[in-house]
Amino acid sequence: MKRVRIAWTIAQKDLRIEVRSRIVTNQILPFAAVIMVLFAFALDSDSVLQRVAPGLVWMATLFSMIVLVQRSYAVETEDGAFDLLRLSGLDPVGVFWGKTLALAIQMLLLELLLVGTAILLYNTSVSGEWIAGLGILGSGWVLLVTTLITATLGLAAVGTLYGGLAAGFTGRETLLPLLVLPVVSPVVIGATRAMESAFGTAGAVVSEGWSWTGLLLVFAVAFGTAGSLAYGPLIEE
Amino acid sequence: MFTPMTSQRVTTEMAESSTTSRTAAGHVGVVTGTRATKVVGVLAVIATAWLVAFGLGFSPADRDQEESVRILYVHVPTIWVAYVAFILTAVASGIYLFSKKHALGFDRFAGASAELGVLFVGLTLIVGALWGRLTWGVFWQWDARLTTTALLFVTYIGYLAVRRLGGDPHQRARRSAVMGLLSVLLIPLVHWSVRLWRSLHQDATVLRPDGQVKMDGLMLFSLFVGVVAFSLIYAWLVIHRTRVLWMEDHESEHGLEAAVEHRRAEALETIGETDG
Repeated sequence: MKRVRIAWTIAQKDLRIEVRSRIVTNQILPFAAVIMVLFAFALDSDSVLQRVAPGLVWMATLFSMIVLVQRSYAVETEDGAFDLLRLSGLDPVGVFWGKTLALAIQMLLLELLLVGTAILLYNTSVSGEWIAGLGILGSGWVLLVTTLITATLGLAAVGTLYGGLAAGFTGRETLLPLLVLPVVSPVVIGATRAMESAFGTAGAVVSEGWSWTGLLLVFAVAFGTAGSLAYGPLIEE
Repeated sequence: MFTPMTSQRVTTEMAESSTTSRTAAGHVGVVTGTRATKVVGVLAVIATAWLVAFGLGFSPADRDQEESVRILYVHVPTIWVAYVAFILTAVASGIYLFSKKHALGFDRFAGASAELGVLFVGLTLIVGALWGRLTWGVFWQWDARLTTTALLFVTYIGYLAVRRLGGDPHQRARRSAVMGLLSVLLIPLVHWSVRLWRSLHQDATVLRPDGQVKMDGLMLFSLFVGVVAFSLIYAWLVIHRTRVLWMEDHESEHGLEAAVEHRRAEALETIGETDG
């Protein structure tokens, strides 16, 4: 099978499991929403919440991402499914891309919910002003969607790579956050700044945000490549 | 002011390391020390004594930073040695992964070196925070370099945790070799992004350690003594630690065998006694 087809098959398999088990919709999305509500309790001020909303969206994304990654590999290690996957002789690069894609789609769903929550509960809004000269790129919505996609691809690649590293070992639940959170710090920086621009937080303008998506793109490419190279040696044991 | 405390801490660290090696040696019957390491150890002690003498005694106080400048004789060499340790970890990881032989020795060296790297970065951060309190008035600044160093510290703590995941030595070696190389890839990326972050949110004044201090000859020499002292301490520790890790592997591989053998001998002895 070709790499892309393997990836697509694996992604379909993961997504089908999630659709049927309803764990993501019934447990992980509500968990993310609870985090957003608790942030409001902790910070207790409308102006502060509005100021830090982009950062909170990404922090909630990271916490939920850890749970999603663990879920993604818990499904594999149950009943020795991962061992069978390894023995099946499928190209590990394809498996990596497939799992990354499935994770990215779930995370995008999650982020849409979080952005919605930020708009509803934190009184933020996406800046819609149309800057002449920038054309469609001047719209906060376009920046927002681009940021979500590039940031998510990078996060999903990191999650799949390090999740695969820890999969099947005792202590993986506690190890995964320690490994993943420092690695994704560039995404937190880049995605928060870009989203601030999209939201117009503290006077940030949309054009500033585009330079941050560059950082996110570099990160996604770097860890997409590193994951493609490293995933095979990591899981073939 | 802080130099003797730190050097004392390092010496206790050394003492602890040699006791572990002794107990481990008791099991396997091998010692981690050889004549060469004894020479390195003695040189390390001499260089540390020199550092104390130059850092606290002979070198002058700085015009702006006054006595707190002496902290830099520990601060700068420890981070320098830590960088070298992490680079050596990556090199050893690469050799393990890409060589045909997959020699476990390189993996153990990588692990030992990373442990010491974490130790030295920890020292740098603690000592640097003290220096920052005296010079900047705060323990911590969200400066690009500080932030990167903190993330470097956490990243390698993660690397060490991955080493303890278990599995057979070759599984561990391959996993940690990949981690060692990934961590090195990560550092420039983190540093670059943190610098971008700071450049757009520039604080009023961040006093940068570089370029501000006009070094006089004696200060530069003291710094050089510090680099030599901490390099020797690193070399001494890394050799011993690598050998202890070898013993651990050896123990887990042959320990059971030896215990069974021992029991069997005991049993035979008892049978012999009842017979007699």
